[in-house]
Amino acid sequence: MEVTVNVNGQSYTRDVEPRTLLVHFIREQLGLTGTHVGCETTICGACTVLLDGNAVKSCNVLAVQADGAEVKTVEGLANNGDLHPAQEGFWEKHGLQCGYCTPGFLMSTVQLLDRNPNPSEQEIRDAFEGNYCRCTGYHNIVKAVQYAAEKMSGQAVAAD
Amino acid sequence: MGEKYFGKAIKRTEDPRFIQGQGHYVDDIKVVGQTYVTMVRCPHAHATIKSVNTDKAKAHKGVIDIITGQEMVDAGIGSIPVGWLLDGLKTPPHYAIAVDKARFQGEIVAAVIADEPLSAEDAADLVEVQYETHGGVANPAKALESGAPQVHDDAEGNLAFDWNIGDKDATDAAFDSAAYKVKLDLRNNRLIPNAIEPRASLAEYNVGTGEYTLHTTSQNPHVHRLIIAAFVMGIPEHKLRVISPDVGGGFGSKIFQYPEEIVVLYASKKLGRPVKWTAKRSESFMTDSHGRDHVSTAEMCADADGNISGLRVTTAANMGAYLTLFAPAVPTYLYGTLLAGPYRNPNIYCEVKGVFTNTTPVDAYRGAGRPEATYLLERMVSTLADECGIDAAEFRRKNFIAPDAFPYQTPVALAYDSGNYEPALDKALERLGYEQLRKEQAEGRKQGRYIGIGFSTYLEACGLAPSAVVGSLGAQAGQWESSLIRVHPTGVVEVYTGSHSHGQGHETAFAQIVADRLGVPMENVEVIHGDTGKMPFGWGTYGSRSGPVGTSAIVKAVEKVQDKARKIAAHLLEARDEDIEAEDGNYSVKGSPDKAIGFGDIALQAHLCHNYPEDLEPGLEAMAMYDPANFVYPFGTHICVVEVNPDTGKVKILRYVAVDDCGPQINPLIVQGQVHGGIVQGAAQALYENALYDDNAQLLSANYMEYVLPKANMFPMFEIDHTVTPSPHNPLGVKGIGEAGAISSTAAVANAVNDALQAFGIKHLDMPLSAPRIWQAIQDAAPAQAAD
Repeated sequence: MEVTVNVNGQSYTRDVEPRTLLVHFIREQLGLTGTHVGCETTICGACTVLLDGNAVKSCNVLAVQADGAEVKTVEGLANNGDLHPAQEGFWEKHGLQCGYCTPGFLMSTVQLLDRNPNPSEQEIRDAFEGNYCRCTGYHNIVKAVQYAAEKMSGQAVAAD
Repeated sequence: MGEKYFGKAIKRTEDPRFIQGQGHYVDDIKVVGQTYVTMVRCPHAHATIKSVNTDKAKAHKGVIDIITGQEMVDAGIGSIPVGWLLDGLKTPPHYAIAVDKARFQGEIVAAVIADEPLSAEDAADLVEVQYETHGGVANPAKALESGAPQVHDDAEGNLAFDWNIGDKDATDAAFDSAAYKVKLDLRNNRLIPNAIEPRASLAEYNVGTGEYTLHTTSQNPHVHRLIIAAFVMGIPEHKLRVISPDVGGGFGSKIFQYPEEIVVLYASKKLGRPVKWTAKRSESFMTDSHGRDHVSTAEMCADADGNISGLRVTTAANMGAYLTLFAPAVPTYLYGTLLAGPYRNPNIYCEVKGVFTNTTPVDAYRGAGRPEATYLLERMVSTLADECGIDAAEFRRKNFIAPDAFPYQTPVALAYDSGNYEPALDKALERLGYEQLRKEQAEGRKQGRYIGIGFSTYLEACGLAPSAVVGSLGAQAGQWESSLIRVHPTGVVEVYTGSHSHGQGHETAFAQIVADRLGVPMENVEVIHGDTGKMPFGWGTYGSRSGPVGTSAIVKAVEKVQDKARKIAAHLLEARDEDIEAEDGNYSVKGSPDKAIGFGDIALQAHLCHNYPEDLEPGLEAMAMYDPANFVYPFGTHICVVEVNPDTGKVKILRYVAVDDCGPQINPLIVQGQVHGGIVQGAAQALYENALYDDNAQLLSANYMEYVLPKANMFPMFEIDHTVTPSPHNPLGVKGIGEAGAISSTAAVANAVNDALQAFGIKHLDMPLSAPRIWQAIQDAAPAQAAD
C-alpha cells in the first residue's frame, strides 16, 4: 500500500505492508532513528510522536493510519539549529542520562505545554503517565519541563 | 593545577545528540545486506526437546537459514562460562541455543534468519518443536526441598553452592547471652532490570580478514570480547571487535554475555551476511538477567544497653536456570561481607545457599548484593531498636563505628578505610525536622492518619576492585582500569577509557578532570569509550567503579603526559625540569614568567621534534592502568516519610531526604542524577516491582501491564544533600555513587511503611508493599487491634 506522510515538514511517499507500524516506518523507511522502540504494549512512551498535533504512541499506530497526516518527531523540534525550549530545559537541568526515553519525553512535553502552558509539579508528573524513565528518577525531568514552561511563556510575553 | 571544572555542575557535553534524536544506539545501525533473526523460545519452564522441525519455516518467503543448538555445538561453539568460581560451585554448561533440554521459559530452541524482520517473525511461528514437559520450580527455598524438580542432573538438590562467612560459634554465643533478640523472615523480591533500551546485537564477519565486528548493548565491550572470543567461539581475541555505541541504560543487565550475541556471531560467519537481533520487551522480561530473589531468615541481638552484639542470617539465593558471569559473587562476597554496615557489631554469621530454579538467570542488578544486605540489615536494625525501646535514629547513632576507629576491620572480611557516619545522620534529621515529624506522626494517628518514618543509614562497598583480593575470592577476572591520553599535534586531547558510559555522563565528567589538569578548555578534550578496536583493555562499568577506578587510571595517564610536557618545556625554555611551573596550560620558568610556552605549542613541538630532548621519545601520549588498593566505602543516611491509606492500602511517599557521602564530587549535577535514579529504582522494589512466577515456573509478569515500573507521579521531589569524606587511597579521593541510591532506598521506604503499620500491630510486612498486600494485612490485624 502506498502512503504519503508529512514528517517534520517534509512529505514522504512510500510503499508499506498494511501491518507496518508508524514507528518502524519512521525509523526504517525514513531513517529517522530518533524515535525509539521500548516495548510493544504502548506503555513505555519511547516511541511518542505528534500526529496532527496529538501525542501518540507510534508503536500502536499503523503507518497507513498516518496517510495524509502530519507527524512531528524529535528531529523536527529544533528550529534552524535553535533548540526548542523543551530540548534546552532537558539539557540545562540534566533531565536525561542514557537518552533513550528522551525523545518520547520531549514530544510529550511539547503536547503538555501546548495544552497547559503553566503546569504545576503534579500536573507535570501526571502528564508523564505514559512515559517511563529508568535513569533519572523523574526529579530533573520535572525541572526541565518547568524550565521550558518558563522559557516559553517568556517568549510569548516578549512577542507581545 | 586549576580547578576550573572539577566540582562544577557543568551541563553534559553528550546531551546535544540525545536531545536532537541523533543518538547512535545498536538498533539504529543499518548495514548493507543486513539480515534479521527471530528466536524461537521454549514456552515451558522445563522441557526436554524431542524434536525441532524447521521444514515449513525454511520454506517461508525470505528465510535464509534456521540454526539449532546441536549445529552450534557440532561447530565447536562452547558454553557461556561463569566468571566467578566459589569452592564447590556447580557449573553446568550453558549453551546459546538449548540442545536437549530447555530449563527456563524463554530459553532459545532455534534461531530463524530472514532478509526482513517480519519474515523472520512469521517464519518463527512455523517452527515445530515437540516438547516433553516436566515440572518446574521457581522459588529458591522450594527448590531446595526434597522432591523438587531437578534443574540440572549434576547439581543434586538444585544446590549450586553452599557458602558462609563469619564466626558461627562466636555469633551463637552472643545470642545465648543477649538481652534483646529479634527474628524476621525476609523476602527480597525478584526484579527485572528493564533498561528502556531493549538489548540488541549486530554481527558482521569479514571473510578476507577473518574479523568479526559485534555491535552490542554492553556495559563492558572488552569483557564481551574476552569471554566470547576465548571461551565461547575459540577465536583469537583480536579477531573480534566489540563496539558498544550509545547504550540506553544497563543497571547490570548489560554486563553479561547473552545467547543472542553468540547466535548472531555464529550466523554472520556461516551466512556471510550481517545478522541483527533486537529484543522485544517481552523477551527482555523473560531473558534479561533478573535481580535479587532471596529468601532469608535473620536474627539480631543486643546487650542490655542497646549495643548490637550479633547478627545471624541464612539465605536461599535464586540463581535461575544457569549461572551467568558474576552470579555466584552477588549473594556471597557482595552480600555477606556487607552485613556489618556502619555498625560496631562484633559477631556476624551468614550462610548462603545458591539455588538453581527453572527461571531466568539471576545476576547483578544495580547494587548487586548490597541492596539485599542493606534491606536485611536496616529492617533488622529498626526492628531491634523497637525491641530495645530506643528511637530508630538514636539506636543507629549509638551503634555507629566512631570516626577515629578507621581503618576498621569488620567480622565479615571487609576492612573499611574511612568513614564518618554521624554528620550525614545529623544533616538528614535536621533537614527532615525529625522531632517535629514524630510529633505530627503521633497526632496523625489520633486522627486516623498513618504516617511512617523509615531510616536507612547505609554503607556500601564498591569501586570494584583490588584484583588480587577478588582473585583470591574466586573472580576469574582482573578489576583494574585503563586510560590512554593522546594529545594531537594541534593540542586537542583524546581520552580513551576502559569505562563505558550508558547514562553516567563520563564524556563530561572525565573531560572535566583532564581539562583541569592539562589546563586546556573542555571543548578541546574528547572522551572516547566503548570500542575494543580503539582503546586498551578495560573491565567496563558496573559496581560503581568508573569514579574510583576509571578516573584513577585517567589521572595516572594525565600525570605521565604532564611529566613529559614539562620535560619538553624545560628543553625549549632552556631550563631545568624542576624549574618549570605549569598553571592553566601555561608552562613557565620559576622566577622568569615571561619565559613561557603554552600546552598547544608543546604538543606541536612533541610531534615535530626539531628541537627536542635527546633522551625523550617523540609524541605526547601516555597510557596507565590502575589497580585499586581497596574497595571504596560510600555511606549516608536516607529518611523516607510515607502515608498509608488504611482504606485502600496505598502508600504515598510524602518526603524523601538523602544525604550521601561519595567523597569529592566531580560533577554535582551528575552525582545528584545518579542518586535520584537510584532512589526511584530502590523504592520501586519496596512498593511496586515483583517478578512473579506461578507454580509451574511460568513468568506471570512479562510485560508492563503486569510488572509495575515506577512512574513520575509516584514520587515527590527529593531533598538531596551530602557530606564529603574522601577515600584515602585513590588520587581524587572519590567513591562511587551509581548504585548507592538504589542500595539505600529500598530499606528506607520499607522501614517507613513498616513504621506506619506498627499502628495496626503489624510487626513486619514483606515487599513489594503493594496496596492489596497492605490492605489485607490491615484487615487481618483488625481483630487483634480491636482486642487491645
